[in-house]
Parts: sequence; C-alpha cells; structure tokens
Amino acid sequence: METINYQNFRIEAENICVDYNGKVALYDANLRLKPGQICGLVGMNGAGKTTFFNALTGFVNISKGKIRINGESVRSAQKDQTIAYVPQNEGIDSQFPISVWDVVMMGRYGSMNIFRCPRESDVQAVKDAIERVDLTDHLSTPIGNLSGGQRKRTFLARAIAQRASILLLDEPFSGVDIRTEKLISELFIQFKNEGKTILLSTHDMIHVREFCDLVLLINKTVVAYGETSEVFTPENITTTFGGISPDFLFGPES
Amino acid sequence: MELCSFLTLDSFITDPLTHEFMRKALLMSSLVAAVCGFLSSYLTLKGWALMGDAVSHSVMPGVVVAYALGLPFSLGAFIFGVGSVALIGFIKQKSRVKEDTVIGLVFTGFFALGIVLVSKIKSNIDLHSILFGSPLGISLSDVKQTVFICLLVVILLSIFRKDLMLYCFDPRHAKTVGINVFFLHYLLLTCLSLAAVVGLQSVGIILVVAMLITPGATAYLLTDKFDNMTVISVLSAIISSLIGIYVSFWFDLETGGSIVLAQTFIFLFAFLFAPRYGIFKLKKLFAGYK
Repeated sequence: METINYQNFRIEAENICVDYNGKVALYDANLRLKPGQICGLVGMNGAGKTTFFNALTGFVNISKGKIRINGESVRSAQKDQTIAYVPQNEGIDSQFPISVWDVVMMGRYGSMNIFRCPRESDVQAVKDAIERVDLTDHLSTPIGNLSGGQRKRTFLARAIAQRASILLLDEPFSGVDIRTEKLISELFIQFKNEGKTILLSTHDMIHVREFCDLVLLINKTVVAYGETSEVFTPENITTTFGGISPDFLFGPES
Repeated sequence: MELCSFLTLDSFITDPLTHEFMRKALLMSSLVAAVCGFLSSYLTLKGWALMGDAVSHSVMPGVVVAYALGLPFSLGAFIFGVGSVALIGFIKQKSRVKEDTVIGLVFTGFFALGIVLVSKIKSNIDLHSILFGSPLGISLSDVKQTVFICLLVVILLSIFRKDLMLYCFDPRHAKTVGINVFFLHYLLLTCLSLAAVVGLQSVGIILVVAMLITPGATAYLLTDKFDNMTVISVLSAIISSLIGIYVSFWFDLETGGSIVLAQTFIFLFAFLFAPRYGIFKLKKLFAGYK
C-alpha cells in the first residue's frame, strides 16, 4: 500500500549532531524506526540519551544532520501531536501544585484553542487515558501526594491522552513499584499492537531483552544498532559502557 | 463600651479615606499588588526569584533616562529590564562564570548606573521615591500609566494562564506539543519587567522583588491547586498593601516598607500555621477539614 518509501519510517534520524555551546553531546547518530517497533536506548549517563530525545522532540536544535518524523520535519510533528515525551521522575517538580487530571489534560493542550478550554472530546480522552493507567481514584490528587509509580503512570496517561504515535520514554522503569512495572509492560504490548513506535531509555538490561525489538547502543555516537538478539552482545555493551565488562553490569550469570 | 471600640475601628478605616491621596494610594497599591501577586505564582514556581530581583533593579537606569527624555518611564524600564536579561543570557553563554554570579553582577551594574545617572541628570527625579516608593505621592499621569500597564499584564497573563503554567511545569512537553516556548519565556519576562515598573511606585525598586515573590510563596504553602494559589496570592498581596498603607498612615511609617512587612508577616503566619505545609500543621486542630 505504501507507495513512498520514507513513509515506512516513523522516525528517521540521519547523521545528527548536537552541541551545547561548542561542546559535542552527540554526533553522527542514526536511527530508523517503523510503526509498531519498540527500541531501547542504552548508554552511560552523559552518553547522549536525553540529548537524543531532546533532538527528536525539537527541544534542542541539531547542528548537523536531518530528522524526519513520518517523512516530515520535527516542527510539523510537533504541530500534529505526533510525539509524546514521558520524562524521568527526577525531571519534574513533584511539588508543583497540580493534580493528576490537570497533568493529563496538558496532553491535550496542543490540539486545543489558545485559551486551552477543554472540549468534550478532550475531557473524554483524559478520562480514558487515566483509566488505562489505573488512576481513576486519583483524579484530583496533587502529584506531590503520589508515589513514584503513580506519578510515572500520570505522565504515561498524558502521553496516551495526547494520542501520539511516537512515545519517547526516559527511564520508564526507574523508581517504580512492581504493579506499575507490570502495567507499563502491558501498555507497551498494547501500544505495539496499536502500531505506536516506542523509544525508551533504560539502565536495566533485562528490560531491553524483554520488550525491545531493537536496541540502540550509544556513547556520544551510535556504538551499535539493530535487532536486540544480534546487537545486544557482551562485546557491544562493553564498548558502550567504556570498557566495563558486562559481567560487572549484569552479574556473572547473565 | 462596645460601641466606642467599634467607632474607633470604624474611624481607623474611614478617616484616611477622607484624604484624596489616601484613596488614590489605596486603590493604586491594591491594583499593583494584585498584578504582582498574579505574576508571583508563576515566578515562585518557575524559580525566578533572583531573576525578579535582577530585573527590578535593572529597570533603574531605564526609569531615569525615560524621565530625562520625557518618555513614559515604563518604556525605559521595560527596555532595560528585558535588556538585562538578554545580557545575563549572553554573558552566561560566552563565559565560564556561573549563572547566579552573572545575574548578581549584571543587575548591580545596571542599578549602579541608575544611581550615577540620577546624580548627574539632576532633574526633578526624586531618588528616594524611586528607591523606596511613593504610593502617597502618585501623579495623575502615573495613575493612567499604571492602570494601563496593570490591565495589559492582567490580560496577557489571563490569556496565556495555562500555557505559562505548563511552561513553568514542563517546558519540554510544551515544546513537544508545538507550543511556542520561546514566546512564553519572553512573555513572562515582559510581564516581569512591567510588574517591576508598576511595583516600584508602591514599594520602590529595592523592595519590589518582595511584591513579586512573597505572595506566591505564601500561597504555595496554603494550597495544592494552581488556580487557588493564584487567587490566594492575589488576595494576600492586596490585603498586605491595604494593611501596609493604613499602618503607615496611622503610625507615620515608611509606606513601602510597611507593605512589604505586612506581606512578610502573612508569609510567616502561613509558614507556621498552614494546614498541610505549616510547622504547626493547623489541619490537625480541625476535625473534618478536607
């Protein structure tokens, strides 16, 4: 059915470079993802994972290279609500005076009018999203009163309410309870079946093996990229983590 | 006996109202306080207290130059307020000096320039009223300008209320869904400069930052809802300025200082007795408080 080739890819990043005031954070990075693919982004702290996310969302400008989202520019992807970003728990102010409902409603802002008055469809989308992450009992709870897992689910609900086709998740499993972890993994399967594209960064190697079709190993640039079974090898991981052996990372059994 | 004390309280409030300058001062200061209080919610949540201090001090030379050239003082203040922020950003980017240091050195530089200009230009500028405010001596043209600026800021903040909240909370998400973060950043800065300009009439340049952060900080201790925070912030700002002006009238105190002191006392009260976040959580005392 798809006649034009680039439309096969949800995300196409070609040789992208990002530098902050001359300090290189990421160079010559490539990534191609199709609908329904889940890709793990693995690297050390400071390896450029967040920078990669920032480049894809347009939060930082790339100094070189090209990013196409559904064959279009990042700018038009923003306008079309194509990309949703789920931040790390540490990346947000948990003491901000805002309720679960209000956070999830923020997922709808981009498609509302300038005053951000919720329409019936927005209210419905927010309700549905909150239900999917099992937080219906906490609609008006301030986010400061939530557990780490509940807060993570709140931001997942925001991404669901946005109805984005691409989800970028920064450390989705860090600091969450077992129940949340299970719920997130179930949602991932659903997202995959819905044809959403997921890029998630993680420190946990077991999660990569469990969910990710593809893996992108980075250390300022791409160390290896491909099918998890082929690319996620001890040698590649060692290179990614600057010479630390995978035994040290996983424990000797893995 | 009771009637007598009632009359005293009554005259405490009504006597000053017989003076036109007092009516004007109460009205204008309340308006200014309301605007600063509105903005205050955003600044405290964004963590822009130091930025507020910087901008409010940096408007000084702008005010002086505008007076000297016969331009509206708000214009001069606005240019220098936004200019100082641009300069802070530039120096931070191009040097290895840390941000708070850059902020400190830029605003004191601007402030010093203002003081030097006042001493040189020797017009009818009253340094004391710029530094410490003069809500009782506000002129008619100042009233017009103040009302205009206050309305402008209120309209801007009202229109972009939710976007600004999102910008303070999670700018990355704002950007991801196509909201113009750059615009919101400068919108907030613009409102900050404008609020600093009107605030300095009430309490003066040195204390205007209090108008921009204390009401927000007080409200932050009292609620977990953003809209409530804005309302509480505005109310506490208005009440403080009324208390400040009355007290300064009856006890012959510096008006600007009295207003800010009233705000500080309200903050301390919230700090001690706020239901959830106070030191002596008052909530425990009220059964059935929700």
